[in-house]
Amino acid sequence: MSIRCEIVTQDRKLYDGPADMIVAPGTEGLMGILPNHAPLLSTLDFGVLTVRYQGEEQLFTVSGGVIEVLPDAVTVLADSGEHVAEIDEQRAESARRRAQELLAKVPPPDTDEYLAIQASLRRSNLRLSAARKHRGQSLPRGRPPESRN
Amino acid sequence: MASAREVRLRIRSVKNIAQVTRALQTISASRVRKAQEAVLRTRPYASKAWQILQHLSYVPEGENLHPLLAARPTVGRVLVVLISSDRGLAGAYNSNVIRFSLEKFRNSTQPVSYVAVGSKGRDVLHRLGKDIRAEFTRLPAEPEFMDISSIGLIAIDEFRSRAVGQVHLVYTDFINLLRQQPTSKQLLPLEIGLTEARVQAFEDRPGSPPASYIYEPAQEALIEHILVRFTQLQLYQAVLESLASEHAARMVAMQNATENALDLSAGLTLEYNKARQLAITNDMLDIAGGAEALTKAT
Repeated sequence: MSIRCEIVTQDRKLYDGPADMIVAPGTEGLMGILPNHAPLLSTLDFGVLTVRYQGEEQLFTVSGGVIEVLPDAVTVLADSGEHVAEIDEQRAESARRRAQELLAKVPPPDTDEYLAIQASLRRSNLRLSAARKHRGQSLPRGRPPESRN
Repeated sequence: MASAREVRLRIRSVKNIAQVTRALQTISASRVRKAQEAVLRTRPYASKAWQILQHLSYVPEGENLHPLLAARPTVGRVLVVLISSDRGLAGAYNSNVIRFSLEKFRNSTQPVSYVAVGSKGRDVLHRLGKDIRAEFTRLPAEPEFMDISSIGLIAIDEFRSRAVGQVHLVYTDFINLLRQQPTSKQLLPLEIGLTEARVQAFEDRPGSPPASYIYEPAQEALIEHILVRFTQLQLYQAVLESLASEHAARMVAMQNATENALDLSAGLTLEYNKARQLAITNDMLDIAGGAEALTKAT
């Protein structure tokens, strides 16, 4: 038995298909959802959401949202998100560096600007870790993973 | 009759106008499509959020789950979010939606305040001395959800602070390229009445609605989260629908303008040819007359 899983954001649909297991970043902690889960509603934290189906894993980044779990269906309303394959690692890396440099200049904390830079840094970090996890997993087995910077 | 030179100048300017209007027409045509696609992309989220809200309202005491859902015994002030455009040259688009909203609330017994989206609507409301709570102008050509979400927050704030008892949305529904319909709907309080059609849609889903959910965190926070986003999304959809309508109206207006300009230039070309022929005839007559005079003189 599989779960029907739908992931949507306000401006598009990210995923619609079957899943054997879903791992979602709930605000109260990471949740693993298997078929026949009790009905549950939870808010989502900033993090990586994993959809596993027949041994294949698909990774999505989400930044907040709501998840509805029913015994046979899971619906994720994400505030924003993307499939890991859409992430441009180099861009994320340069964005991360830029944010770090800006933070290093010690702007006044608690201003909107400071918070925006922090959010941008968090976003880039999330993207990078998701992309790396994805890359590590998609490498053919039996070969050592490439060196990571 | 105007001289050939004057007519030629007019032809040139009319042709320039035709070129400009045709360019505007082409741009609008592509923007209509983009706005329509953007509307379609919001549908999955909207229908899913709606579904969850309905599941929630099956729970005992579903109607009084949240202040944003609760209708108030006395409405007090009404807030109207009027969506118009920043630019003109769109036929009757702006005047239609503005007139619609003014007529709809003309006989309202409650005082009415406005949130103006688009400078055309704001200008009219301002001229009429209406109470404008906020204005949003110069929205990007292809707005994203984030650009619109603050409008929703203002509506929610006004409603929550009890400054207003109802929030209505007035926008233009895109039906097709030739038809756009000014429409209004109630944004807050959100009505999740379980009307028959909605129950039907709900029961089509495999699996029965759960008797109760596990909430993580508390129910309040969750419903809050969904309701705020759902309200913002409704606004976002209305903005996109209006945008599609604006561009459709502009496309048709510019198409007419282009046709008129071409008609005009055809007429002027005829006039130019006549003027030119007349000038030639006059010259010939002069020469012939001169020659005649010379032969007579000798």
